[in-house]
Amino acid sequence: MRIWALRALQNPNHKKGVRSVSRLSKTLAVLAALVLLGAAHSGCTRDKPTIYVYNWGDYIDESVLAEFEKQTKIKVVYDTYATNEDMYVKIKAGGSAYDVIFPSDYMLTRMIEEGLVQKLDLTKIPNVKYVEKRHLGWDYDPANEYSLPYYWGTVGILYNTTMVEDPVDSWDILWDPKYEKEILMLDSQRDSIAVALLKLGYSINTLDEQELAEAGELLKQQKPLVLAYVVDEAQDKMIAGEAALAVVWSGEATVARSQNPDLAFAIPKEGTNLWFDVMAVPSNAKNPEGAMKFINFMLDPEIAFRNADYTGYAVTNGAARSMLPPEISQDHSVYPEPEDLVNAEVFVNLGQTLSIYDRIWTEVKAH
Amino acid sequence: MRRFTLTPYLVWMVLFTVVPMLLVLYYAFSVPTAGGTTWSLENFSRFFEPIYLRVFLRSLSLAVISTAICLLLGYPAAMIMAGSAFKRKNVVMLLFVVPMWMNFLLRTYAWLTILERSGFINSVLAFLNLPRLNILYTDKAVILGMVYNFLPFMVLPIYSVLSKIDKGVVEAAGDLGANPLQVFIKVILPLSMPGVVSGITMVFMPAMTTFVISRLLGGGQFTLIGNLIEQQFLVVGDWGFGSAISVVMIVVILLSMAVMSFFEGPERDVALW
Repeated sequence: MRIWALRALQNPNHKKGVRSVSRLSKTLAVLAALVLLGAAHSGCTRDKPTIYVYNWGDYIDESVLAEFEKQTKIKVVYDTYATNEDMYVKIKAGGSAYDVIFPSDYMLTRMIEEGLVQKLDLTKIPNVKYVEKRHLGWDYDPANEYSLPYYWGTVGILYNTTMVEDPVDSWDILWDPKYEKEILMLDSQRDSIAVALLKLGYSINTLDEQELAEAGELLKQQKPLVLAYVVDEAQDKMIAGEAALAVVWSGEATVARSQNPDLAFAIPKEGTNLWFDVMAVPSNAKNPEGAMKFINFMLDPEIAFRNADYTGYAVTNGAARSMLPPEISQDHSVYPEPEDLVNAEVFVNLGQTLSIYDRIWTEVKAH
Repeated sequence: MRRFTLTPYLVWMVLFTVVPMLLVLYYAFSVPTAGGTTWSLENFSRFFEPIYLRVFLRSLSLAVISTAICLLLGYPAAMIMAGSAFKRKNVVMLLFVVPMWMNFLLRTYAWLTILERSGFINSVLAFLNLPRLNILYTDKAVILGMVYNFLPFMVLPIYSVLSKIDKGVVEAAGDLGANPLQVFIKVILPLSMPGVVSGITMVFMPAMTTFVISRLLGGGQFTLIGNLIEQQFLVVGDWGFGSAISVVMIVVILLSMAVMSFFEGPERDVALW
């Protein structure tokens, strides 16, 4: 039937053209009916408990999903996204119902403010006891009513020790003309402006236009030294030795260092952005019950260990951390101690003020 | 019967073209205020500030340059393919079309590895003891990416028009004493204008609005108009300004099409390929 329909389409001037069209529309009607039947059918299978999980790409050891299915008899449908903004747009549009999402701190605040996430039922998540206390109660969700942290980390400088001789302990090195066209910056307005603000000694959540203008000037000065503004490619480029210095998230640095031993990672002394990617449940989740089970499962020490071991990101789970080899779990660049983080700040959702950041960033990019 | 078969198409058009267009217009001409939204031209006046104009001019110049290169490369290629002396038409045609079967993003990513410092081109140059070529993350790489991706859209319409030109006309010009150059300028070029025009339109429009090529091959250093629109919707959440830029782009493209159709002359019914 399909081949026939194709032929009719390919040959519209066929002698029996008119008849073909009417037959074609019948075919289409039959197809439409089949699609409808299919939809109804999948509606039936929906009765089998299922949860829809929406996570960052490459942010989990996917073999743990099968284990969750085995333990709970809940089917997991797993999707991934590349940026907080992609995820936000999809949830906000409301067309898709996910049960568990993994927003970053500032994005969670925005979603709480817009009523896009619901409160967690902590009585159903006993494994919360494994989460290290210092990772709870941050400003983005002060009482952890809506979220529990999954991974955490910092932003710092990944550098190639064969190409950089100076000590890397300050953001200043990213403005050193010696490294012209050897520097990779993040193609992300808030993160790159944060680097300039930290160098200047200002808060990364500043709303002061004067301070932001200074940061913008600094980034414009830096532009001739920058090889590229990238996000995902930084890791590959550093592994391949294509640049000397790159601003990256700590987890990516861990992965890159495991593949190229010449690389090292430093958290500059002026301070850094402390970040959390958290687990939360959207307001329109179809199976919040299953979502709580999933979050509890993800906080199980054994499972959290496997995820951390696979992705290289730092877990918030104290019990899982102690299972990791000491060269990772005791490495201050992967698991900074509170004394390493005195100048660290968590991003705050800036709402409409974000447009100032956008303007400054566009000025830098159009410079 | 015809009306019946037309219905799905009309519904589709209204739902996915007309309604979204109206929404874009609505957002472009309104600004949120404390109590709701009011009609305003604020989004447009913002666009005409120097920084955004600079982004616009940069997009325009990159698009014009890559369209010109496509035309210079594409016209001779199409002529060779359309010539009767050329036997392997189908093979060459296939070579132009086959890359388009692959994902556009994938092909652009491939250029990243070809152009990088220790990439394919530089390995070959180093082997030949020639100096390295560092064009990745510059304007040149962006233009290269655009020309590479959009060249088929220039070649195919021109080829299609050229191959339909009546050979008798060309022969007649020769018999009446025109030399090959005169034949080309007075006969072939005017007759092929519809193909050239649709080629230019089909290269210029995507080149003007691309945001992937400039991000990947330009290393995010050159904000183009497409990047600006994307930022407004995904990062800043300023739908009004994003829509206003889109409306400006629509106007620019409509204007360029009007100019083009002026050159196209009366022969409007020429197929794209």
